[in-house]
Amino acid sequence: MTTPVFRTSGLTKVYDTGKVTVHALAGVDLNLYEGELTVLLGPSGSGKSTLLNILGGLDTATSGHVWFRDQELTGLGDRALTAYRRDHVGFVFQFYNLVASLTARENVQLVTDVSKNPMSPAEALEMVGLAPRLDHFPAELSGGEQQRVAIARAIAKRPDVLLCDEPTGALDSQTGVQVLEALKLVNDELGTATVVITHNVAIRKMAHRVIRFQDGRLLSTEVNDRRIAPSEIEW
Amino acid sequence: MVMHALDRKLLRDFARLWAQALAIAVVLACGVAALLTSFGMYQALGDSRDAYYERNRFADLWAPARRAPLSLLPTIAAIPGIRTAEARIEGMVTLDLPGREETAVGQILSLPASGEPLLNLPLLRAGRLPEPEAVTEVAVNAAFAAANGYRPGDRFFANLNGTRRELTISGTVLSPEFIYTLGPGAMMPDNEGFAVIWMPERAAAAAFDMEGAFNSLTVALYAGASPAEVIDRIDTLLDRYGGTGAHGRDRQMSDSFVSSEMNQLWTMTIVLPPIFFGVAAFLVNMVLGRIVALERSEIGLLKALGYSNAAIAGHYLMLAGLTAIVGIFIGWGVGAWLAHGMAGLYARFFDFPYLIFQGSWAVYVVSGLVGLGAAAFGALRVALAAARLPPAVAMQPPAPPRFRRGFSDRLMAGLHLSQPAMMILRSITRWPLRAAASALGLSMAVAVLAAASFFNDAMDKMMDVTFGQANRQDAVLIFTQNLPESALDELRALPGAMQVEGQLTEAAILRNGHLEKHVGIEARRPDADLSRIIGAAGGVVTVPPGGIVLTARLAAQLRLAIGDEVEVAFLSGRRETVHLPLMATTEQYIGLGAYMDFETLNRMRRQAPQISLANLTLDDARKAAFHRALNDMPALAGTAMLTDMRRSFQDTIRQNISITTTVYITIAVLIAVGVTYNGARIQLSERARELASLRILGFSRAEVSFILVGETMVLALLAQPPGWLAGLGIAWAFTQGVDSDLYQIPFVIAPSTFARASLIVLLTALASALVVRRRIDRLDLVAVMKTRE
Ligand SMILES: Nc1ncnc2c1ncn2[C@@H]1O[C@H](COP(=O)(O)OP(=O)(O)O)[C@@H](O)[C@H]1O
Ligand SMILES: [Mg+2]
Repeated sequence: MTTPVFRTSGLTKVYDTGKVTVHALAGVDLNLYEGELTVLLGPSGSGKSTLLNILGGLDTATSGHVWFRDQELTGLGDRALTAYRRDHVGFVFQFYNLVASLTARENVQLVTDVSKNPMSPAEALEMVGLAPRLDHFPAELSGGEQQRVAIARAIAKRPDVLLCDEPTGALDSQTGVQVLEALKLVNDELGTATVVITHNVAIRKMAHRVIRFQDGRLLSTEVNDRRIAPSEIEW
Repeated sequence: MVMHALDRKLLRDFARLWAQALAIAVVLACGVAALLTSFGMYQALGDSRDAYYERNRFADLWAPARRAPLSLLPTIAAIPGIRTAEARIEGMVTLDLPGREETAVGQILSLPASGEPLLNLPLLRAGRLPEPEAVTEVAVNAAFAAANGYRPGDRFFANLNGTRRELTISGTVLSPEFIYTLGPGAMMPDNEGFAVIWMPERAAAAAFDMEGAFNSLTVALYAGASPAEVIDRIDTLLDRYGGTGAHGRDRQMSDSFVSSEMNQLWTMTIVLPPIFFGVAAFLVNMVLGRIVALERSEIGLLKALGYSNAAIAGHYLMLAGLTAIVGIFIGWGVGAWLAHGMAGLYARFFDFPYLIFQGSWAVYVVSGLVGLGAAAFGALRVALAAARLPPAVAMQPPAPPRFRRGFSDRLMAGLHLSQPAMMILRSITRWPLRAAASALGLSMAVAVLAAASFFNDAMDKMMDVTFGQANRQDAVLIFTQNLPESALDELRALPGAMQVEGQLTEAAILRNGHLEKHVGIEARRPDADLSRIIGAAGGVVTVPPGGIVLTARLAAQLRLAIGDEVEVAFLSGRRETVHLPLMATTEQYIGLGAYMDFETLNRMRRQAPQISLANLTLDDARKAAFHRALNDMPALAGTAMLTDMRRSFQDTIRQNISITTTVYITIAVLIAVGVTYNGARIQLSERARELASLRILGFSRAEVSFILVGETMVLALLAQPPGWLAGLGIAWAFTQGVDSDLYQIPFVIAPSTFARASLIVLLTALASALVVRRRIDRLDLVAVMKTRE
């Protein structure tokens, strides 16, 4: 597919913490495409999360432009960004970010409560293989299971894009693979454009496209001719 | 409909936080209950009074005279501004009640020949009003009948101007003039020993020698009429007939007491609820602030999921709202119960024709809204801050609090404090606002306690001065008219009479410039031992001849300083005006007293020594004979038995104080628990990792507990001095609130009051902190270190 889902030009993010100014993003131009699973690689502090947060409407750029399809995100106000997140974006974070006082089903329901055309929480959890764990609280689930609940929560609204910030970062290889399989399944079956941040280089092999980052800049973009299954990834 | 996940989180969070929420709710409940009780009763009392006055045509003005011809009435009625003027006959009589040893006193009011009076309409409770032509039929106030078990048809004896007459009760009534009924010389209502007696005009005129005349005028004014002008014109007309000055409702005894009670309720309304609502708002703010800090990442997540700012702010406001709702319901329950108790108390002192209704629904709504408002006020900033958290920032763990080296650190270094002590002080200086607010909350608990037991101290002082030092007689005999001093010899011959001393009382107006005040000037022989004047410093004051002594309050009202001249216009006899220097002021809590030397006053009135009343001490063993003798004594307008009065005064005050003290201690403990329990829980939550690290490093449980309990106790100690000050402030506000011409509450607080207030709050704080401390024992060291903040 060749339609870009995200386009950025000259995207810059500067953090000014009094003494030092950090250029978390120092002019990034890149395209991400509909239906693709993109892996974003780069050392810690290279600006990956900053980029993802801006793409997802969680953060705003200092300068430059971002388009989601035909809509320019840069310049949108808080209210519009909230609506954008609610209607189009699914997030998965490193630390799952489940609400401790809600069961797996209810955590997913948090999303389905506010989206227009969601699948049922049970359906979403079924997709990530958690049907038997519907009514468990986060504390009663393993790390991998919690992350799969987070994925179910992200996909339940049938998002246009799925943004995952180090989804396997806190997991061991076995549970990490389960999570990646869930992500791949979503990408394959729903065609959701998916971005996965990782510093695990091996994961790049399951992507359509691999983007490398360094010091707030795009280092390289490559397209995989051959993708491998998550289970084949050497951790 | 399926419940929204966010609402479910709300309910689960609320259930998890129940202990903290309850501690807050209870403080809020105190505010709601206090508002409901004080403001509710204020309104209820005011509404009941107004309705009663309206329906039973309570007069606007009263004017006593010695003997005015009825032919004057049309002239009075024609004064512009007067809507109704009614003449009547009033008189005091002693009563001999079957089965009662002591002499009772009655105040007779005439009923017009036409039947019902135009003003101050008595409301029939049982039986009927006396027939206009009847000679021995009377109606009595229902409270007197109830206290003595009288029904229509029952009889008692009255000493009517020297003649013992048997009277038959035709009916019992209530009157807007006697919502609060006080006999002559009495300080507490005594329904058994004091009767209001309505007698047909003809019979009353015969009894008091008032044919074709009246000695009491009641007046209703048109709305918008100027009472001062009408009073002036009435005074001019009645002057010739021994008028002693018309007055408005402000000097009507019953109305003054009802107003004074309403003033107290109003003071309570302004002073107490704001304290509770303030503390509750602070607690909401503190606890919610901590919850939001703990839920940063969840807030970030909700924002990432597309929840709006309003939804997030609403979520946290709802948490405060749920707490408030619990508090409001508790407050309504407790408040309704307290108001019920208070209505019961009022029913004992005030005679209204209907039950004082316990607060209208509007008071419930208002107190509920104010409760919600207080919680919202406490929650709003936190909720908005939560809503404003940028989602990307919220998702990151918060930066560790920045401790800076400052002056306090150098100070602490200089003190060579232990590491735990250092941690306590750092934490207090790190969140100075929170620490200050906590201490302030606790100081409110101290203040409420100090203010509550202040009543105890004040009443002790009042009792001691009034009965212990100033009024030491057993009985007061009040005469219908002044008698020569030699009459004391006859009184000495009464069975059981021991010491007997006379007193002259002269009605007068004191003036200083445009300020004036009606008073009774009292004069006794300098060696009088039973009724004495007590100076501000405590000693007995003897009035120097040629001068006047006033209670400090009266002097202040007239803006007089010692040495100033005061104009004294006598209202009886020759009605001369003299000028006297103010020689001294005295501390007196009941009534507004003015005093002169006995000889001087008699000389001034150009009369051989006269007395208007006598003070006596009695031989207890011969009391019955004493009272029997009084029944036959002519010229006796009334008796006041101070021994009984003292006892009933003391009993009533004891009872009231033990109720209020219990209520206030409960309230203060609830505040202290609310503040310390929540404070300690928050500290524990913020420092779980820190405390766990200390345990891992080898600190003992006791040492780690010391940090937690220590901070609470340091704040509790800091709270004491401002608490004492605030307590003084509240006590002062109360003394101002009840300060009327009738009585004043002395502003005295015993040091032990502060000590007790502090002890209660410190112990409560310690207990609350120790309850939270138990959680340190349960601290799972490994789990705490693993969880990511
Ligand atoms: N809120 C912030 N304030 C200041 N600096 C920040 C903030 N967030 C990120 N940074 C800095 O921006 C740079 C990029 O961070 P980030 O995008 O999180 O990197 P990555 O996700 O690739 O590890 C880092 O140097 C980081 O310290
Ligand atoms: Mg990152």
